[in-house]
Amino acid sequence: MERLNQKTKMTASIIACIALVVLLVLSYTNTGTTSMLRSVLQLGSIYALAAASMNLLNGFTGLFSLGHAGFMAIGAYTYAVLTIPVNKKANVYYLYGVADSLANVALPNWLGLIIGGIAAAIIAALIGAAVLRLKSDYFAIATLGLAEIVRICVASSPMARITNGSLGLKNIPGFTNIGFIPAYFVPFIVVAICLVIMFLLINCSYGRAFKAIREDEIAAEAMGINLARHKQMSFIISSFFAGIAGALLAMFLGAIQSTTFPLMLTYNILLIVVIGGMGSLSGSIISAFLVIAAKEWWLRFLDVEQYIGDWQVPLLRTGFRMVVFSVILMVVVLFWRQGIMGQKEFSWDGVYNFFRRLKTKFRGKNTKAAAEGGNANE
Amino acid sequence: MSNQNVLRVCDATMQFGGVVAVNNLNLEVNKGEIIGLIGPNGAGKTTAFNVITGVYAPTNGAVELNGERIVENHPQGKMRELYNGENLGKYNDVKVLTPDRITKLGVARTFQNIRLFKNLTVFDNVLIAKHMNMKGNIFSDVFRINRKEEDRMKAETLELLRILGLEEHKDDIATSLPYGKQRHLEIARALATKPSLLLLDEPAAGMNPQESDDLMKFVGRIRNDFDLSILMIEHHMQVIMGICDRIYVLDYGTLIAEGTPAEIQNNPKVIEAYLGVDE
Ligand SMILES: Nc1ncnc2c1ncn2[C@@H]1O[C@H](COP(=O)(O)OP(=O)(O)O)[C@@H](O)[C@H]1O
Ligand SMILES: [Mg+2]
Repeated sequence: MERLNQKTKMTASIIACIALVVLLVLSYTNTGTTSMLRSVLQLGSIYALAAASMNLLNGFTGLFSLGHAGFMAIGAYTYAVLTIPVNKKANVYYLYGVADSLANVALPNWLGLIIGGIAAAIIAALIGAAVLRLKSDYFAIATLGLAEIVRICVASSPMARITNGSLGLKNIPGFTNIGFIPAYFVPFIVVAICLVIMFLLINCSYGRAFKAIREDEIAAEAMGINLARHKQMSFIISSFFAGIAGALLAMFLGAIQSTTFPLMLTYNILLIVVIGGMGSLSGSIISAFLVIAAKEWWLRFLDVEQYIGDWQVPLLRTGFRMVVFSVILMVVVLFWRQGIMGQKEFSWDGVYNFFRRLKTKFRGKNTKAAAEGGNANE
Repeated sequence: MSNQNVLRVCDATMQFGGVVAVNNLNLEVNKGEIIGLIGPNGAGKTTAFNVITGVYAPTNGAVELNGERIVENHPQGKMRELYNGENLGKYNDVKVLTPDRITKLGVARTFQNIRLFKNLTVFDNVLIAKHMNMKGNIFSDVFRINRKEEDRMKAETLELLRILGLEEHKDDIATSLPYGKQRHLEIARALATKPSLLLLDEPAAGMNPQESDDLMKFVGRIRNDFDLSILMIEHHMQVIMGICDRIYVLDYGTLIAEGTPAEIQNNPKVIEAYLGVDE
């Protein structure tokens, strides 16, 4: 493996960052408010955060959790309940009425967002002590159950004056301009900040301790790592970011119900994590955008009946998109188990060596073909 | 070498259901000693290590470190009826420590089937062992408030790898090392926790005589360089004869002999225990 020098890498990073920002700005200036590209990018970034936070637990600490949708729901509902404008509450809670203590509460959306994350983290801390003792499969089942409990609680009648029961919440404040920065960029900024924190985490001593637990629990414990404490930390941090992702989703959608956070949501995020590579944050990010774009956009045509002359193309009708999508996922999981990135993170060395390998492979084929050609002539 | 006691295992019995894996084990390691623990396969050597390092709490008995009792237990619950060992009533306290706490008290170990952090680099494998003594908390760590601490840990790790001759491999993935080097790495990782007592579980397993010999020299060297006391399990008697100060022999969970290598070699009980099983 060859290495590039520090300066080249810095330059490459700066250029890449600028390019990314420019592309993002272009996606804003060259599209209308209803553009598919815009919503795919925004939703993609939210899923990137959700997938990265799940990866922190599943891929980096080796704790296979299926409770992600639950923590996203907690974040989303906390955000919504705390930020719906006072004058719109009567309209939202038209059936059950709003709890007295909430009647005059309408926090600024940035504060609601943070509290959404904290609420998810607190719930994780409370139940972590109990479920983290469980061995892997039982832990997965317990967290899965937890997510369902959250969903059912949210829709239950005792909570109706807070969560509006099964009617769900609407009029949830969306993204707003920050100074001169248009609202469109807000999710990207929030997600970028969260991802930077996660990258800092996985590269510090605590992050290494998490990886040690993933690699070998018994050895990690023998190296003085307190398993219970570190698993708890990882669970809380992962849930915090899941809560933030949930709150962002509420902002993006403007309206949520308990059915916005079904088990399917957890599975979708898990698939993003697997496709990106368990144990690679950059993999999760790349894969989130690809999966969301494919699912919401590129494969859309499969849902529309198409005619060639009089002949109707078979199979193309509503729902076929999801069939194709599932088949693609299955193929990826069967034949490409490491996902896009495996356990590696994006690095310029990696990119450089990838292209070098491609080049030698290509060259190799050419010389081989030439050699074979020569043989044939003899 | 002073005769200061580092480790004392007191009447430790470890019973799994009806199986008594370790029976009434008494064992001592004094400062600076290299002690051998030998016995046929299934004699209970690894189980004894697991009791000392907190993986299991003994069913009955105690463990003392530097004269302080760190672990003590007696049969409880169902085990009260199942227990068929000795010394009931002698150990009335219940003190149980998790392995990480015992490592923090200065006991480090290696494993019979190498347990490295497989997909991580050699450097990270050793660096992780520095985590437990890191100053600061997760916030100062994530936000790089305490860079000095990180630099210190990395410098110490590099130094250790240099001393142990693993520096050239530092960026290699742990499992890409040849088998013998993996054993060395596991020892390096244990040393990174700055132990006063090192437990080695069959470090020479799978090595040829030449490699075992080199490894034993290595063990002697680190004992001196790192000011250690060492307790070492070995399946083959020959390997550790030259290096051990004293040897304990386990058979079917019970201590059948202890003494200097010369005494052990000529002990008829030991010869009998080994004749049945050794190749
Ligand atoms: N966790 C356990 N549960 C049940 N039996 C065990 C357990 N650990 C060890 N044993 C039993 O204890 C005995 C001693 O095993 P071990 O300590 O690994 O032997 P050695 O290391 O001397 O080869 C074996 O009979 C083994 O089956
Ligand atoms: Mg053993």
